[in-house]
Amino acid sequence: MQNLSFGYSGGDPLLADMSLSLQPGSFHFLTGPSGSGKTTLLRLCYADLLPSSGRMTAFGQDVTELSRDGIAALRRRVGVVHQDTQFLDHLPVAENVALPLIVSGENVEMQALSDLLSWVQLTQLSRALPPSLSGGERQRAALARAVVMSPDLIIADEPTGNLDWDMSMRLLQLLVELNHSGKSVLFATHDMNLIRAAKQQVQARVLRIAGKRLQLAGADL
Amino acid sequence: MKQRTLKSLDLAALWRGLARPDATGTDRVVPPTGFTAQLTVFSAAAMAFLAVFALALALATGRLAERWSSELAETVTVRISAPPDQIDEQTVTVMEVLKTTPGIAESRLLPDTEVEKLLEPWFGPDMPVEALPIPRLVEVREAAQGFDADALRLRLQGEAPGAVLDDHTRWREPLVKAAGRLRLLGLFSLLLIAAASGAMITLAAKAALAANGQVIRVLRLIGARDITIATAFVRRFTRRAAMGALAGTAVGMVAVWALPAADEAGGFLTGLGFQGWGWLWPLLIPLAAGAIGFGATRSAALRMLREVR
Repeated sequence: MQNLSFGYSGGDPLLADMSLSLQPGSFHFLTGPSGSGKTTLLRLCYADLLPSSGRMTAFGQDVTELSRDGIAALRRRVGVVHQDTQFLDHLPVAENVALPLIVSGENVEMQALSDLLSWVQLTQLSRALPPSLSGGERQRAALARAVVMSPDLIIADEPTGNLDWDMSMRLLQLLVELNHSGKSVLFATHDMNLIRAAKQQVQARVLRIAGKRLQLAGADL
Repeated sequence: MKQRTLKSLDLAALWRGLARPDATGTDRVVPPTGFTAQLTVFSAAAMAFLAVFALALALATGRLAERWSSELAETVTVRISAPPDQIDEQTVTVMEVLKTTPGIAESRLLPDTEVEKLLEPWFGPDMPVEALPIPRLVEVREAAQGFDADALRLRLQGEAPGAVLDDHTRWREPLVKAAGRLRLLGLFSLLLIAAASGAMITLAAKAALAANGQVIRVLRLIGARDITIATAFVRRFTRRAAMGALAGTAVGMVAVWALPAADEAGGFLTGLGFQGWGWLWPLLIPLAAGAIGFGATRSAALRMLREVR
């Protein structure tokens, strides 16, 4: 993004003059107080919102120029994990995880799906329906769904907000593993302890939204 | 900035999506809707049942109008009843009058043999009809422009007092008109049924789409194309409408088949069924219902998807 600004419904800009480039294989934390625009910035990254001004490109394409099918194609290269990720409650966990493959018309390799569920420790719950999952299980299922298409970028919007410390660390561990396999990660959180823990395992940059602008946070984090 | 249109949802693409088998099970993304689904199938069946009767009515009245119309084109008759010593003279006069009357294409004096044949159903073959004082009959064929019946009646009255113009076309005209109107009503009923079916399916599809707004948002977020989402919904509603209509049509056709057979004495009511190739017409109803379901759901899906980025 280059000199990007965004405001809801033509109001005052929430984000102003932001510039950021995510390199392949990078790991970024995004911090800032509640209401500072972290989620808004992430939504801009997967074209759920469009910038009011400035330039936003993803994988070499101007996001504002994408057709609706173009946006769908972009989202297949970006895996998103929300704090309150939604599932299709009538489908079991395994099918929810495989959903991006199903709607893309791609074959679902059962072994690969089984490996993925095993990686997020949900093998035993593969036939369970989402409403029966705990918070931590939901977040791991969301992460599995986000990576099933082997996306280039993984966006996590406060995925540990409702989790205890152990489960947060487990989720962080999974994201670090993905980053080590070459995926870019953009992780929004205001949990400084989590960021400190992560920096011991991965070379991460910390971005902070303050005063509508994006800043590189200090090394003291 | 480019306007994000839903052009990927054009009819051809959607039809290709429907025609292709759902190998990956994409349709399963739409949650089962239970009672709503049953209501849609039932409504489609009921509409199809009514459509079969409206179609039968339209076809039967069409046949009736055609029959009466063709009879209209037949000749009118002049009947000459006069004392034996005047009948030949009056017959010649009548023929002369008819020849010189504008709007009459042809007039023909029926020979005695034909007249006897006309009377045979009443008197039987052995009756010596030549012994009876039978009037002479002249068959008159009207030209395209028609003739002035009142003027002809007056002229005949003056020149051949025993001649009577039997203008039976005049009472058939309102009947033909009534049959034509009835056919129009039948066709209009079909249109109304189609429109009501469309409205009903649109409402059901809109309700289903609105209830699944969250599903649609999730699907878009994980990279589903509009065509994939719309196809899943359209396929479901098209199938429901067509299957319901198929059942309703089958029941309707059995009901029409069970009506009493066409009978001269029964008149119009006993001729309400389908005839010959006419039995194929109702088979179009499930196809039409499927097409209506397809169009209505597509339009509802377009509206819903416009609200989701």
